Amino acid sequence: MTRWRQPSILPGFGLTLGYTLLYLTLIILVPLAALVWRSTGIGWSAFWALAFDQRTLLALRVSFGAALIAAAVNVVFGVVVAWVLVRYDFPGRRLVDAIIDLPFALPTAVAGISLAALYAPKGWIGQIFAPLGIKIAFTPLGIVIALIFVGLPFVVRTVQPVMAELDREVEEAAATLGANRFQTLAQVVLPMLVPAILTGFALAFARAVGEYGSVIFIAGNVPYVSEIAPLLIVIRLEEFNYAGATSIACIMLIISFCMLLIINMLQMWSRRRYSNV
Amino acid sequence: MDVRIKNIRKEFARFPALNGLSLDIASSELIALLGPSGSGKTTLLRLIAGLEQPTEGQIFFGDEDASLKSVQERNIGFVFQHYALFRHMTVAENIAFGLKVRPADTRPAKSEIRKRVSDLLDMVHLSGLEKRYPNQLSGGQRQRVALARAMAIEPRVLLLDEPFGALDAKVRKELRKWLREFHDRTGHTTVFVTHDQEEALELADRVVVMSQGRIEQVGSADDVYDRPGSPFVHRFIGEASEVPVRIENGEVWIDDRTVGLKAEGNGPATLFFRPHDVDFLEGCGGCFEGVVVGSRRLAGARRLEVELGGSRHRIEVDVPVDHPAAMKSGLNFRPRHWAVFPTNG
Repeated sequence: MTRWRQPSILPGFGLTLGYTLLYLTLIILVPLAALVWRSTGIGWSAFWALAFDQRTLLALRVSFGAALIAAAVNVVFGVVVAWVLVRYDFPGRRLVDAIIDLPFALPTAVAGISLAALYAPKGWIGQIFAPLGIKIAFTPLGIVIALIFVGLPFVVRTVQPVMAELDREVEEAAATLGANRFQTLAQVVLPMLVPAILTGFALAFARAVGEYGSVIFIAGNVPYVSEIAPLLIVIRLEEFNYAGATSIACIMLIISFCMLLIINMLQMWSRRRYSNV
Repeated sequence: MDVRIKNIRKEFARFPALNGLSLDIASSELIALLGPSGSGKTTLLRLIAGLEQPTEGQIFFGDEDASLKSVQERNIGFVFQHYALFRHMTVAENIAFGLKVRPADTRPAKSEIRKRVSDLLDMVHLSGLEKRYPNQLSGGQRQRVALARAMAIEPRVLLLDEPFGALDAKVRKELRKWLREFHDRTGHTTVFVTHDQEEALELADRVVVMSQGRIEQVGSADDVYDRPGSPFVHRFIGEASEVPVRIENGEVWIDDRTVGLKAEGNGPATLFFRPHDVDFLEGCGGCFEGVVVGSRRLAGARRLEVELGGSRHRIEVDVPVDHPAAMKSGLNFRPRHWAVFPTNG
């Protein structure tokens, strides 16, 4: 115990740690524990049956699949957006910078409704793709688009500050050593951004898995096809099937926790490997 | 490889950083660009490297016009002030980078690269550290990795930007000596930027003194220290005491008296001399005559502030630590070496 009680020039460790634990318990752990307790109340066999129901499995696949694809797309374009904002000065840069945050602030239902209207077969964008036989709204593709929308700021806002801190001399050094622009980007700049990119990916992914409001308007919500797990939970609740709802929630919780844990470990590894801090 | 800079001018957003300067650097020469901040010395170095494009003028490497070539094509070795090492690569990977990014037809074989890296590590005395990351090295070690990385591509010219700027005084002195030996061994044409005159004088074959985007003087350490070509150079290199004087009939006058120094010209001027380079005299028939008004201990001497009789102008001279001069006592002296520059306007 005394090991933790060394005099420090930063006092207040005990107080802040106590507060942190209490806060985490009240805000996160108690609700989650209640969830787990509720879902195990029905017994293991019933839990397995509900959890591995075909409809549940497909909904989970849509949710996690779409979230992964959307997060991956956001990583690519988020890095490009951050690059433009950090590296170039152009008229309207501050405006663009402010627009990035809009998906944070906009009620997700508003986003879902406008996206659905745009990408519907008769919408502005949907009508371009409709003749090609590509349906966007009311399919899993629509879900991905909604999730890209809500996840973009996470990648941009995590990568942007790290990119701004990059030392220009390092790129100049690569150039004096004969590296062309592409080699410099691939071998010098991107590796230094990997930890930030992973963080952005994790945040965008986590947000996308939990997203509900924007998705239900564009997804079409066809069971077995374009139904996301959070929606299925709501459906089960409306059927007063609390056990069914909590068991799906439990599985989502476990999968999300495992994936975020893996991403976190990747981050730690990449931080050691690529930024040596 | 000799480097010739012809009438180079560089403006940043209409603000002139370099005002049409020319400089010839001989092959295998070690040149220092010395000047205060804002004098354009780093800009000149970056122009030679190709990291900046000149507004006007040309740079030749040998007979070839290098100003038309990109940084990548110029084949120069550049060492940055803060080293700019790739922190996600080991020491060995850092050094090998310049070889690995070459196109396949000119890239050495893997085993050849490995051998080159280990030779370079030997050369900079860092053998055994190839697996370390830059943040596991001391400042002096990082500096040498940066140098080895620059040398790996067999550059035609080696350019160093404030190479010892971020190091502490002791490491600085060691590396200075080491760089001189390194240069004598490899014989690369080397240009380095510094604001430390001691470094420039000790290390360089020739010193280029710069101020406000112009070259004030180019010469050996002896030239710029003993025969400064302008008041700026005299003030900037070494210490200077200065006195406003008048030149008349081939004599230097302070107010109404001569001080026993001969000079050419006519009219108001400023006389410069080194505080430590004076003769103290007993009697005074035409010399500097003043009263001690202040005294400070320097490392190996005592510096006196002396108020000259008549003009009451205050100047500084150095005396041995055991010199008997006390406050308010009179002091007669005459500079051994001096320079006068006419006062403009």
